[in-house]
Amino acid sequence: MKEIYLDNNATTKVDEAVFEEMRPYFCELYGNPSSMHFFGGQVQNKIDEARKRVAKLLGSLPEEIIFTSCGTESDNAAIRSALEVFPEKRHIITTRVEHPAVLTLCRNLAKRGYRVTELSVDGEGRLDLGELRKVIDNDTAIVSVMYANNETGVIFPVEEVGAIVKEKGALFHTDAVQAVGKIPMDMSKSTIDMLALSGHKLHAPKGVGAMYLRKGVSFRPFMVGGHQERSRRSGTENSASIIALGKACELAGQFMLDENTRVKAMRDRLEKEILARIPSVRVNGCQAERLPNTLSIAFEFVEGEGILLLLNEKGICASSGSACTSGSLEPSHVLRAMGVPFTCAHGSIRFSLSRFNTDEEIDLVIRELPPVITRLREMSPFGRDLLSSH
Amino acid sequence: MWDYTDKVREHFLNPRNVGEIKDADAVGEVGSLACGDALKLYLKLDEKKERILDAKFQTFGCASAIASSSALTEMVKGKTLEQALHITNQEIADFLGGLPEEKMHCSVMGQEALEVAIAKYMGTEVKSRPHDKEHLEMEGAVVCKCFGITDLFLKKVIGANKLNTAEQVTHFTKAGGGCGGCVPKIKELIAEVIGGEPKEEYKRPEKLTNLRKMQLIQDTLEKEVRPLLWADGGDLELIDIAGVKVQIAFRKACAGCVSSGQTAKFVELKLREFVADNIIVEEVEG
Repeated sequence: MKEIYLDNNATTKVDEAVFEEMRPYFCELYGNPSSMHFFGGQVQNKIDEARKRVAKLLGSLPEEIIFTSCGTESDNAAIRSALEVFPEKRHIITTRVEHPAVLTLCRNLAKRGYRVTELSVDGEGRLDLGELRKVIDNDTAIVSVMYANNETGVIFPVEEVGAIVKEKGALFHTDAVQAVGKIPMDMSKSTIDMLALSGHKLHAPKGVGAMYLRKGVSFRPFMVGGHQERSRRSGTENSASIIALGKACELAGQFMLDENTRVKAMRDRLEKEILARIPSVRVNGCQAERLPNTLSIAFEFVEGEGILLLLNEKGICASSGSACTSGSLEPSHVLRAMGVPFTCAHGSIRFSLSRFNTDEEIDLVIRELPPVITRLREMSPFGRDLLSSH
Repeated sequence: MWDYTDKVREHFLNPRNVGEIKDADAVGEVGSLACGDALKLYLKLDEKKERILDAKFQTFGCASAIASSSALTEMVKGKTLEQALHITNQEIADFLGGLPEEKMHCSVMGQEALEVAIAKYMGTEVKSRPHDKEHLEMEGAVVCKCFGITDLFLKKVIGANKLNTAEQVTHFTKAGGGCGGCVPKIKELIAEVIGGEPKEEYKRPEKLTNLRKMQLIQDTLEKEVRPLLWADGGDLELIDIAGVKVQIAFRKACAGCVSSGQTAKFVELKLREFVADNIIVEEVEG
């Protein structure tokens, strides 16, 4: 059975061109980029090229890019650094819908005596900038607000957030793991001080990420030991993956238009057809600005895990914000923060597309999904009146 | 990837006995939309009203909830009411070749629906039910507010399945899986069930010298607190006592645990119970 992969916010296929770019750096060009000889030096040159490619996608200077092992590391490095840069400041601001890479760190820091404010979101997953203005003060060391939400795709107004943060002299960090490659960015005109990105969300391999650090912003690394990355991230470079990330960023720039036209059109069609074919469905965050590839959609009166398993039988890979699939007992913190009613939260499914999806795949999902929902609703003690009325 | 047995998958993909019985003799309904799973069980008895002739179900929930319901209906058919009442949640899980531990609450829900259906038919009450839509006044005290689960129900499940950690209790009943606020209380219930009869009420000394107070704090931590933490792979260390302030540091699983704040509160409650009302517990790094 051929898989139909609609879980690209979880991870993506490594683009074949990206794989070809990294392939020689395992068995042939394996030199250490720090070595003095030509054999290592040529790898260093290639890493420099990768840095320029990442910088180009972000509109930054190459020296503002630090390679890391993943998005989570970039998030941790940025937030921990800000707290060391401002040892006298004890306040952190983030949001209730952050990825655990940021949220868990902030909650751990709260236990160590930091004051942490988690900004709330409205029913569409949008921030209230008034709340940020109210809670930010001179004690705030860092504000970390994600660029776009991984579950709903809702995009936050990061530049407006950054402008408010700047007025108070705090640092502004954004987890842009889901946004890089999907939304055009220009750090040269941005209020962002630090930004996290992850390779495997944009068709590079897992295990590589990067951090953007604005020139002039103080930084205290938590990985120390070597001089790599100008002593800002010690440890021998994951050269093959870094080179892959560079190539992936170059391709992401080239496919940015495709992402926002063809991919977006597929997502919109999937959304429209599901709404037309299945009753009692709601799109999470439908009024908000969203990533072009993400659809978080709730089917009332059914539980998400059952939907996923039945789709899995058809080779369709998606994910769920429901409790049962996450191994916890409550629906996702993002949907709960949005106040999505329980009837919907338990039956929420996320479809996340990429440039490798096709119209035929979307057709197949549109065909296979309605009977899956009907079947589960027929089994459910709730919402049966709903079925007979359609 | 789903960690289900082939039998669970099979019963989920091809569930037996889905639907309702219009002239059912007994109906048991448990769970709710808010909880994330719910089961309505229908039983039809034979003419003598002794044996279960037919059983059907409607379930809202994950794959293992649907498979557990399907298994249950297969298991009860042909059994007398008396025999059916003896089916345990473990037997439902065994029928399916086992369930992942975090899904055991699905088998508990099945057993519970069966008990409710039969009790309603017989006109008796199920005292240990966690929640019941029709009878809002429940027997026992609500322990888990997120899922509305009572102490009587928890004690029954802890005893029947020989559970000894709060995590297991969450897997089997969901209690403690929401905000986590009731985890200390769940640990007390485990201690109560495993430890047998509740101990005689403890009489706190009226007046304490400083030395006696320090001894008592140490004793309480050793006998009343640490054994419960050990059960969850955690521990604590007494760092200092200054007046009424007791400073502790968490160790092992408790260190860095998301609910260590709750645990600190639990330690404080214990010390207030056994030592003095004004004790304040502080978590420190040490």
